[in-house]
Amino acid sequence: MLTSLMPWLLAVAILLAVVGALRRARLWLRGRASNVNVWAGIRAMPKRYLVDLHHVVERDRYISNTHVATAGGFVLASVLAILLHGFAWESKLLAWLLLAASGAMLIGAVRVAKRRQSPPDRLSKGAWMRLPKSLMVFAISFLILSLPAVGLLPEGFGGVVLAALLTAGIVWGLAEMFIGMTWGGPMKHAFAGALHLAFHRRSERFGGGRSTGLKALNFDDAQAPLGVEKPTDFTWNQLLGFDACVQCGRCEAVCPAFAAGQPLNPKKLIQDMVVGLAGGSDASYSGSPYPGKPLGEHKGGPFQAIVAREGKGLLDADTLWACTTCRACVEECPMMIEHVDAIVDMRRHLTLERGQTPNKGAEVLENLIATDNPGGFNPGSRMNWAADLNLPILADVKRTDVLLWLGDGAFDMRNQRTLRAFIKVLRSAGVQFAVLGNEERDSGDVARRLGDEATFQHLAKLNIHTLQQYSFRSIVTCDPHSFHVLKNEYPELGGEYVVYHHTTFMERLYRDKQLSLKDWVGGRVTYHDPCYLGRYNGEYDAPRQLLDALGIDRVEMTRSGFRSRCCGGGGGAPITDIPGKQRIPDMRMDDIKASGANVVAVGCPQCTAMLEGVVEPRPQVLDIAELVAQSLIEEETRA
Amino acid sequence: MSRNLARLHSSDEVSVTVLVSIGKHPVTGRLRRADQDARALEMALGLSDSEPRVIYAGPLNDSTEPALRGYLGMGVSELKVLRQSEQNDIVPALSGFLDNSPSSLILCGSRAELGESSGLVPYQLADALGYTLVSNVAVIEEVTATLAVVLQALPRGQRRRIEVVLPAILAVDTASPVARQVAYAKASRGFINCVVTDAAEDDATEQWHYQPARKRPKRLKIIKATSARDRFKAAAAKAEGTGGQVLTSVSAEEGAVAILKVLKEEGVLKT
Ligand code: SF4
Ligand code: SF4
Repeated sequence: MLTSLMPWLLAVAILLAVVGALRRARLWLRGRASNVNVWAGIRAMPKRYLVDLHHVVERDRYISNTHVATAGGFVLASVLAILLHGFAWESKLLAWLLLAASGAMLIGAVRVAKRRQSPPDRLSKGAWMRLPKSLMVFAISFLILSLPAVGLLPEGFGGVVLAALLTAGIVWGLAEMFIGMTWGGPMKHAFAGALHLAFHRRSERFGGGRSTGLKALNFDDAQAPLGVEKPTDFTWNQLLGFDACVQCGRCEAVCPAFAAGQPLNPKKLIQDMVVGLAGGSDASYSGSPYPGKPLGEHKGGPFQAIVAREGKGLLDADTLWACTTCRACVEECPMMIEHVDAIVDMRRHLTLERGQTPNKGAEVLENLIATDNPGGFNPGSRMNWAADLNLPILADVKRTDVLLWLGDGAFDMRNQRTLRAFIKVLRSAGVQFAVLGNEERDSGDVARRLGDEATFQHLAKLNIHTLQQYSFRSIVTCDPHSFHVLKNEYPELGGEYVVYHHTTFMERLYRDKQLSLKDWVGGRVTYHDPCYLGRYNGEYDAPRQLLDALGIDRVEMTRSGFRSRCCGGGGGAPITDIPGKQRIPDMRMDDIKASGANVVAVGCPQCTAMLEGVVEPRPQVLDIAELVAQSLIEEETRA
Repeated sequence: MSRNLARLHSSDEVSVTVLVSIGKHPVTGRLRRADQDARALEMALGLSDSEPRVIYAGPLNDSTEPALRGYLGMGVSELKVLRQSEQNDIVPALSGFLDNSPSSLILCGSRAELGESSGLVPYQLADALGYTLVSNVAVIEEVTATLAVVLQALPRGQRRRIEVVLPAILAVDTASPVARQVAYAKASRGFINCVVTDAAEDDATEQWHYQPARKRPKRLKIIKATSARDRFKAAAAKAEGTGGQVLTSVSAEEGAVAILKVLKEEGVLKT
């Protein structure tokens, strides 16, 4: 009976899966166009899955092994089942293989079930609690089905009862695994995920690459709406990417805003986009909500505003403004989903179309437009702090080796100490350098993260124009935000430069024996990785090597390197200042204290400001440039 | 943001016009929407859902247009321009236009940030149109078809409630709520429409020589306070007026005579 039923069951399941896939694809294709190389993507997909995706999944060994067994077993078992039972091939070898594949899948499924016995908060419950059972039912059904075929059980064993049970199991298994995959069940992640990997907007990320610069908005068509107002304003492959989410909550677990009790949870945000894509409410979402926002109050649809102009939409604006753009979520996401892109896209709409940048946002943007710096200081006073330093100005010298980009820290008394320290190091190493002086403008970083792409591009173009006037080999800056923008975001607007962060630069000077350093004494030091240097640019080593060169007793925090926790200062978060239960810098300072260090070495004016804003007593905050400057063995004064 | 702002009932047919000018950033001197004018527009936007009419009289060129677009960026779809050269006196153009297509409520800033910056335009306009003028308006509390109730800003945060019969010109003070953010997309999509008007040469200004204003040094008040409480009292104390007199219910002539007398005593008027 079952033998004659099997081809039909498989055919119906596959047919329904195909119908579901087409329907789902239609939802994605409502999005805006995107430049992707479709064929190259499809060709590269298996490698992206096996290498790049598993590279991230592997950070959780247990789940990576589990996933290999379950997914590998499932794919193999499905192909074999179709051959054996769909087309009724007779092959003992294939039957043995099917037995092995479903066996592997069963082992995987049991391990999934074990993880879900008392699942961590970050995992979604709901339909996801059903998944291990479905996996087991699928695996067991095909396992038992194969036993007679390989001769381990006599044909017709178990009689009608077993046959009926097997039929039920296979129907359940196929419904979850085949039909659920394209009709929106938990298995959707496999279908959408595979395509998402193929059509990813940032294909540079695969094969060990990095792509972190935001993508420029095109202002050519004055009538085109700017940014993302409704789900269909995302590009189609962004929508596809949202659908790939497995609700593993790894992003949630590392999000500083979520931990601080601000109304943001990157996982929920992605799920909200999925809700918007198909239309509906968040009532059936089964993970942690945005802190302080109960489920079931928000709803939306593909053509409805995500942030409602009145009442409640898919999500509230404060959710978007709580993000520090630290990229921790993107770094952790096994599906390589781009949360920050999505958040900034929606911020662009709020700022450019509605003029609704919260709190100090409007003032800061106005200052950037009127004075080229966020503080509204007189741009003619950018060099006042260095009146005694006799810095060569590019407008006078025209050419130099190193252009020192000061950043807006030049207006801040604390950061001026860092700049002075770094200049001391440069002079001691005999580096030929110059500054733009009053010709320098804000890099546009904050404007861009606040969604004001127009002001960003305006500032960027002015800076690029200024830089064109002079000749220099490289740019060095003490500010990772300027570093990132100059290095990764100006090229799209026509400015390509060799840019170094000052820690990288000092490390090179040290390696080239241009710095003579004595040991630094002052206790235990831990290093706080700035998001825009670490995750955005992959520089984790140079700062540490410098600390080691200073003979420092260096300790690491639990969350360091690519897992470093944000200081709370990025993405304009201190400007939009969305309230939470704790402050992000306080949490980071707790991390620092827990490491047992009495000094935290930093490499960013923003981190310095945030961490120094934590009430005393607390470890001292020193920029690496200051540590190096304190340890210079100065040659006898040349009078 | 919109403290006590009265919303117009749709049945009340009060047409609102906002007069705007080009502003100049106090630090960099870059052209921008003028702060007080933007506040006036903010007030008008808070009054009703229907769009106020926004009028600008003055030069229109590549450097002034982006500044004007700042007003469009606040959410109005059209800005009417009475195009004038830099030397023109804008009052005849404005009064001519407003005479032809009147408005019962005209809002504007108290003082321009560019040009003569005399603060006289609202007065001259009220005079030319025969409208009532209220200066230093901080809040509009209520508007009906014939009447507006406003709060006028006085020194040290004091407010005076004034009932004014429409039509009226309200000159808005910096004590009023801050203007909303400029939305780039609205600013670039809004329309700037020129209206043909006469131009009146202002001969007087031709000979004028302009130079940047200098901040006058502030006279330090020497406070000999020994405790924090004394220092606080000294800082918060009202400047004591010495001499002078308060005239109430006197005729306009008597009042004018008294003012003239003071001006002569102080040496402001020399005749
Ligand atoms: S970028 Fe950082 S703050 Fe923003 S959602 Fe991701 S983890 Fe949270
Ligand atoms: S967005 Fe990525 S990290 Fe977050 S829950 Fe989904 S798959 Fe996991």
